[in-house]
Amino acid sequence: MVMLALEGVTKVYQVGAFGRRKLTAVSEVSFDVGEGEVIALIGESGSGKSTIGRMVLRLASPSGGRILFGGKDITGIREHDYRREVQGVFQDPFSSFNPIFRADRVLHMIREGFFPRLNNAQWMSKVEAALESVSLDPAQVLGRYPHQLSGGQMQRMLIARALLLDIRLLVADELISMLDASTRIDVLNLLADLKQRGLGILFITHDLSLGHYLSDRTVILRRGEVVETGPTTEVFAAPSHAYTRLMLESVPRLHQKWESK
Amino acid sequence: MREQFYFAFRNRKVVGGLSVILGLLVLGLVAPLFADYGPNEYVGPPAAPPSGEFLFGTTTFGQDVFLQFTTGLRSTFLVGVLGGGIAALIGMTIGFVAGYRGGLLDEVLNMLTNVVLVLPALAVLIILHAYLGIKSIPAQALFIGAFSWPWVARAVRAQTLSLRSREFVDLARLSGMGTMRIIRREIAPNMSSYLLLTFILLFGGAVLFAATLDFIGLGPTESVSLGLMMNNAVHWSALHLGLWWWFVPPGLGITAIVGALYVTNVGLDEVFNPRLREM
Repeated sequence: MVMLALEGVTKVYQVGAFGRRKLTAVSEVSFDVGEGEVIALIGESGSGKSTIGRMVLRLASPSGGRILFGGKDITGIREHDYRREVQGVFQDPFSSFNPIFRADRVLHMIREGFFPRLNNAQWMSKVEAALESVSLDPAQVLGRYPHQLSGGQMQRMLIARALLLDIRLLVADELISMLDASTRIDVLNLLADLKQRGLGILFITHDLSLGHYLSDRTVILRRGEVVETGPTTEVFAAPSHAYTRLMLESVPRLHQKWESK
Repeated sequence: MREQFYFAFRNRKVVGGLSVILGLLVLGLVAPLFADYGPNEYVGPPAAPPSGEFLFGTTTFGQDVFLQFTTGLRSTFLVGVLGGGIAALIGMTIGFVAGYRGGLLDEVLNMLTNVVLVLPALAVLIILHAYLGIKSIPAQALFIGAFSWPWVARAVRAQTLSLRSREFVDLARLSGMGTMRIIRREIAPNMSSYLLLTFILLFGGAVLFAATLDFIGLGPTESVSLGLMMNNAVHWSALHLGLWWWFVPPGLGITAIVGALYVTNVGLDEVFNPRLREM
């Protein structure tokens, strides 16, 4: 069943003095995300993939086309209700936390907006359950400052934040690009685990292997346009577009040294 | 926070500057309470030099200069707090809103800021005071505040612009926080030290503006202020008659307050920015 659908979504930025020049970041992009499905949105820097993520999260509004959630145009859904079901995690954990406050503030922000009626004990047990579901030890991370946590712990805490709400779709924008290789696989496996539990994930990445690891279907973006889309195994096994083939060839292999062609 | 208090109390500039300011404030608040006559009453021998009875001597008319000085300190602090506060409020509101909302609103507010920025504030204030005949210190502070905010708006806007694009602001939006709450709870705390320093500079600026206006005789004439004392001293040729005790205290008082504010400012800068700390 289709949960999220993008129909001809376009984003044009006005740049320069008084917005005289136009910059098309995303052009006529259409794809959909099914219930509990993981879609990898892959593209190089400047391909518009993050802009798409921001539009799905309603942090930016499309200049053309429609985004449908559960069959309804998202501009017609109350923002508050939408955010109960769609949440995001960003690339840079170090800038996702306000550096002057304790890290668990990101969790408590949710309480004011969405669970004002819970008392302290109920809320804390909810927080602890969410932290445990991302394999964090509440005693170890609660009350700490961001600089006292590792990058992996921060990203897990941000995922826990999203899980406090009963979300159906998680937008993961370069979630693990800034983590080192060993913590990377843990967070990746956490996402796979969430997928098992029926959560749909829009996985935005520039890294082909990460996209391949997790996703059911792949959308390849280039300069704001979709160049190829299909089931991940097919896209990776038999890429039909020249750009996809070029990208696949340019991935460094583990057992292969550089040699000039 | 505790760490900052620790460094603030170990910083000689902060401690020195604050003690001068607090000392003068207490003097201004307490000393006039012990006088049983008003600052403009003719109570002593005319043009008497400082003595045990009249600490700072008397004016040509026999008014108590010490009482005038301490009463004048009150108006100086009042005009500083009010004028600086009003300018801070306007400048920060415009800066935050313009920087955070962006777009057309930013262009309009920016244009307004630039217009007020290029107005020569002192000239405008002189004209306003001359035409409107400002009678009270709060009114004077209001006008001073209304013309000294533009650089604050510009600086706050620039900082807000850079903080707005940080991901924690996006996260706050995803958590359902509104614009004003995000400005208040996410953006402003990140620049709280800067905002405090801004207020101190505005405070000093307002004191100087008020003293200038009073000195050229455009201030509130019904009250007593340090600038007005100097205006009277010049008016009645205190310099030529050798009545130095009439104009030196108010001049030193203004210099001490503004100087101490700036020294405190530099000290606080060191407290908030570890790289500037003297070891």
